[in-house]
Amino acid sequence: MALDQSFVGRSYPPTEPYEVGREKIREFAEAVGDANPAYTDPEAAKALGHPDVVAPPTFVFAITFKAAGAVVQDPQLGLDYSRVVHGDQKFAYTRPVRAGDRLTVTSTIEAIKSMAGNDILDVRGEVHDEAGEHVVTAWTKLVARAADSGEGQD
Amino acid sequence: MTAKIAYDEVEVGTELPVRSFPVTRATLVQYAGASGDFNPIHWNEKFAKGVGLPDVIAHGMFTMAEAIRVVTDWTGDPGAVVEYGVRFTKPVVVPNDDQGAVIEVGGKVAAKLDDNTVRVDLVVTSGGQKVLGMSRAVVRLA
Repeated sequence: MALDQSFVGRSYPPTEPYEVGREKIREFAEAVGDANPAYTDPEAAKALGHPDVVAPPTFVFAITFKAAGAVVQDPQLGLDYSRVVHGDQKFAYTRPVRAGDRLTVTSTIEAIKSMAGNDILDVRGEVHDEAGEHVVTAWTKLVARAADSGEGQD
Repeated sequence: MTAKIAYDEVEVGTELPVRSFPVTRATLVQYAGASGDFNPIHWNEKFAKGVGLPDVIAHGMFTMAEAIRVVTDWTGDPGAVVEYGVRFTKPVVVPNDDQGAVIEVGGKVAAKLDDNTVRVDLVVTSGGQKVLGMSRAVVRLA
């Protein structure tokens, strides 16, 4: 069933702040096998001009995707989450996420499309720091596949 | 931000060093914990096959995280990445053996843009198949 187009443009209230910890960044960097010292050594990060260790570019997805959960699980929207796969992902950074950040996410439904029985939902997550400054925007395309289709990725 | 590559020394067509990233079931379990994505298609073979997948598959966001390392290792400063986007086209299938799978990533400078930025186009494959499409990063150079 096609999703309600009237949800396009709808924004959801900002999330509670997520506090970025050095050890969480280290854990993520280790999980992706990335030994760049800017992720774990504050002095190495400072040498690059950052006030503290920075997070790998895709780290913030865990925060924005959780925020997008409020959208995809909105009962009024009626998306069948059991059939959802990740189609596209994009980030645009004002600056890298870093340890000590307290980040809030404001999610907006940018587009709703229906193609070959698939529902396609574009969600934009604007990430701001405690001072209200923009850090990064994440665009996530979710595809709720038609019921007779089996393949998926995420 | 202090990238170690100078804008003036880069041309359209400049190739970034090719990298190979191995991924095993253990890698996926570790990534699930670190990212908070516990979808069973990334660790439970029975579940994955039950939803029509050939086997357990890697998190798309894991593949995306590996691919950008070609860029961040090249510039040295992860904070130099201005934009990064991908399309998830095919899953990376990870068998339960000693080998797992390998994600191969190559990249080249596709355009020189304003403010010392360049666009890098990435080619990301596993088992000879392209797994990410439209994989592009904009990065600020020195």
